[in-house]
Amino acid sequence: MEYILIFISAIFVNNIVLSQFLGICPFLGVSKKIDTALGMGAAVAFVLTLSTIVTYLVQIYILNPFGLQYLQTLAFILVIAALVQMVEIILKKVSQPLYQALGIFLPLITTNCAVLGVAILVIQKDFSLLESVVYAFSTALGFALALTVFAGIREQQSLVNIPKGMQGMSIVLVTAGLLSLAFMGFSGVDGGLRTLFGLQ
Amino acid sequence: MKYIKILMNGLIKENPTFVLLLGMCPTLATTTSAINGLSMGLATMFVLICSNFAISCIKDVTPDKVRIPVFVVVIAAFVSILQMLIKAYTPELDKSLGIYIPLIVVNCIILGRAEAFACKNTPLNSIFDGIGIGLGFTCALTLLGTVRELLGAGSVFGVVLFPETVNILLFILPPGAFITLGYLIAIVNKIKKA
Repeated sequence: MEYILIFISAIFVNNIVLSQFLGICPFLGVSKKIDTALGMGAAVAFVLTLSTIVTYLVQIYILNPFGLQYLQTLAFILVIAALVQMVEIILKKVSQPLYQALGIFLPLITTNCAVLGVAILVIQKDFSLLESVVYAFSTALGFALALTVFAGIREQQSLVNIPKGMQGMSIVLVTAGLLSLAFMGFSGVDGGLRTLFGLQ
Repeated sequence: MKYIKILMNGLIKENPTFVLLLGMCPTLATTTSAINGLSMGLATMFVLICSNFAISCIKDVTPDKVRIPVFVVVIAAFVSILQMLIKAYTPELDKSLGIYIPLIVVNCIILGRAEAFACKNTPLNSIFDGIGIGLGFTCALTLLGTVRELLGAGSVFGVVLFPETVNILLFILPPGAFITLGYLIAIVNKIKKA
């Protein structure tokens, strides 16, 4: 039950992009077409889940026992950068089609703040390993969902006459604002589920 | 003269928020009030100046192939220093900015300036570039924070100007961040053309 709650809350209620503002750059940058949005979403889901597992283990088995918590930021960003590079190399060798599909998005992910953000958040929230994995995966799903929905809206928007001053990033941001407003409709759902499942 | 030109370049011509549209995550997330925006801007500026200077100093001894990881480590080191300083001296700020302080590491403005400016220019020029871009970022964040706080909470820097009944709460909530920034960029575009 706890896991279902984490799952729903991370996708809809506390959507990583629309309510926590992590991973805005790819959200605004690669959301012109639904195809690329799906590719990016898949790549992020893959790396985010994997990197959260690794950084979690680094924190528990290396940083905590040696009292090196202050190196958290440095250690995590290095782990993520190395991991992304490794995933890229392995994908290239093992699965050419998957590499072709995700390849161009992988280098971009190192600087995606959602990846580092989630790695730090699961430590702050004191999650267990399994909870962290569920949280990371559902957060990534939330990211993919927001990205795909947004790309759908932008595809339609390209057919519309937009006032001159609002063209470019301006209208994109206002649209994102309205989408974020729509997602605010989910607020409170997690509290309701908590009561329904009889937690706390 | 040259230094003033570098400063103005970062502040106006290459303003990271309104012109280059970099570093959107902290821009949107931490500008719920003018003071939060200002502190985030200053924190980023500190890291930017230090990392620009350090990277410019080591640019000749850094092999080209590993330069990005080296830059990231340098930036992460300064962010860790900043994180500890903020935790020690201003715990309230640590609470209100929260996770966005460690996330300065992945702020694309900083790595972007390291790549575009610091690794090609002298240390002194790089410091001025850091100050210029940092000021541009700080001004943009403070402006955004002021507008949002004024509309959403009826106050500026905590000084109450309007009674609670006329506040539009939406502007302090996440959607307000996107919408306010969208309209501010539209205004900046209009001014630039005029």
